[in-house]
Amino acid sequence: MDYALQQLLNALAFGAEYSLVALGLAVVFSIMGLVNFAHGEIIGVSAYSVFLAAALGMTSPIVAVLLAVAAAALAAIAFERVAFRPVRYAPTTTGLLTAFGVSIVVQNLFMLLISPKPQSVSILNGLNQMWFFGPFAVSSLQVMELIVSGLTILALVLFLNRSTLGLAIRAASRDFATVRLMGIKANRVIATAFAISGALAGIAAVFIIARRGSVSPDLGFSLVLKAFVACVIGGFGSLAGAAAGGMLLGFIEVGLLVALPQEYGGFKDALTYVIIVALLVYRPEGLLGQRVELGDKEI
Amino acid sequence: MLSVDNLVVRYGAVSAVRDLSLKVGRGELVALLGPNGAGKSSTINALTGLVTPASGRIVLDGQDISRVRTEDRIRAGLTSTPEGRHIFANLTVGENLRLGAAIRRDPKGVHQDIERFLALFPVLSERYGQAAGTLSGGEQQMLAIARSLMSRPKLLLLDEPSLGLAPKIVVQIFDFIGELKAEGLTLLVVEQNARQALRFADRVYVVSAGTLRHSGPPSSLADEHGLFNLYIGG
Repeated sequence: MDYALQQLLNALAFGAEYSLVALGLAVVFSIMGLVNFAHGEIIGVSAYSVFLAAALGMTSPIVAVLLAVAAAALAAIAFERVAFRPVRYAPTTTGLLTAFGVSIVVQNLFMLLISPKPQSVSILNGLNQMWFFGPFAVSSLQVMELIVSGLTILALVLFLNRSTLGLAIRAASRDFATVRLMGIKANRVIATAFAISGALAGIAAVFIIARRGSVSPDLGFSLVLKAFVACVIGGFGSLAGAAAGGMLLGFIEVGLLVALPQEYGGFKDALTYVIIVALLVYRPEGLLGQRVELGDKEI
Repeated sequence: MLSVDNLVVRYGAVSAVRDLSLKVGRGELVALLGPNGAGKSSTINALTGLVTPASGRIVLDGQDISRVRTEDRIRAGLTSTPEGRHIFANLTVGENLRLGAAIRRDPKGVHQDIERFLALFPVLSERYGQAAGTLSGGEQQMLAIARSLMSRPKLLLLDEPSLGLAPKIVVQIFDFIGELKAEGLTLLVVEQNARQALRFADRVYVVSAGTLRHSGPPSSLADEHGLFNLYIGG
């Protein structure tokens, strides 16, 4: 029972983290058609901001959390302003290459300016404790990850459904030109989408730092690959799909770890991708994606 | 209200609009007619700024807006209901109307306007919380026009409001356009359906192959029966 509960919590926590990062990718992709592979470096900037602030004497974990989220949102806005805006109307491959470029440049900046080696950050370690509920021991970090991700997604849903800017983001995911015909500034819609994407990455960064207790230049990259996979599972561009895809990915990974005999544990990733390939053969547009009829004009 | 001088729109080597000049006076309904591919939509898109003209001047209310961004042109009081309606299919009817009023800062007035359009188009009221993509073509067109009006424009550009709609619905849409004119709104209506467009038009421009072929009162078009025959059939 204890074991089953622990694995369920593992799956939920991994899933929640993938969902947060996948949502960040999906928000930007839905309105710009840009797969932002520099999203991992937004997580990186957030993590290194906390590292630097701690090195300079910051001690409050609350301030560290706020700093992580703010730094990530600002980094995302800065990436858009400096790198993506000039290529906004260029072919999508140009945007993709730009994203890889930003990713490489920022990772190398971490290596050159700080260190290629992982750096220890202990300021958020307090988040990672064992909580005891009667006979059950659970990780406080995982519980928080689940609750915070849930609340964040709820806040995002409210924002997208209630605020004018949120409505504009949803509308822009289908028809950006007409959003501009409403007098809504394209730059503001895109900057808001990047800020949201960054803030989600910042929240994920908090949990990564708390779990690892260290930062390294490639910290966000593998997570963004996972998030990309989550988006593909859910249907690229669909926000609900990204969240669901992230959760499903968490469950597939943990499920395989539990099901596989220990000596075959190394096959986890391979089997994960086999399952995803099988899924995509059935539903090429993803779980919640829309089937796009090529050559058909949307009315 | 609006004055366009020597507008040229090019897509690569192809000229869609060549040296087009037109004027729309305050309170007027001006029809811009012409066959498919004549450059009518390109003209509208140049007016809203969604395409950048190669040359020419666009003046709205004495202000040169030729180099002004789309968003700021809308804020200056011009708006357009695009060809093919372009309602936000994934948003509800109500959300579409709210986005139409995105530039306004008077929530009370916005609320009143929404109420007004819902009273005017009861079907939009019935479907207020429904995704706009589920509306019929005619309902979508009414929503698209109402959405444009939510910004309280001085000048409304209507691009092919009859496109793809049943004749009975087209008559209803143009009845409404006539009411808007009676309320004092200035309109530039682009149409292939000349008969409907001419019902309320004060003046008519005829374009074909990107060039202005004729301008004058609607009656002048009836006289030159060659033109009339050419365009009445669409």
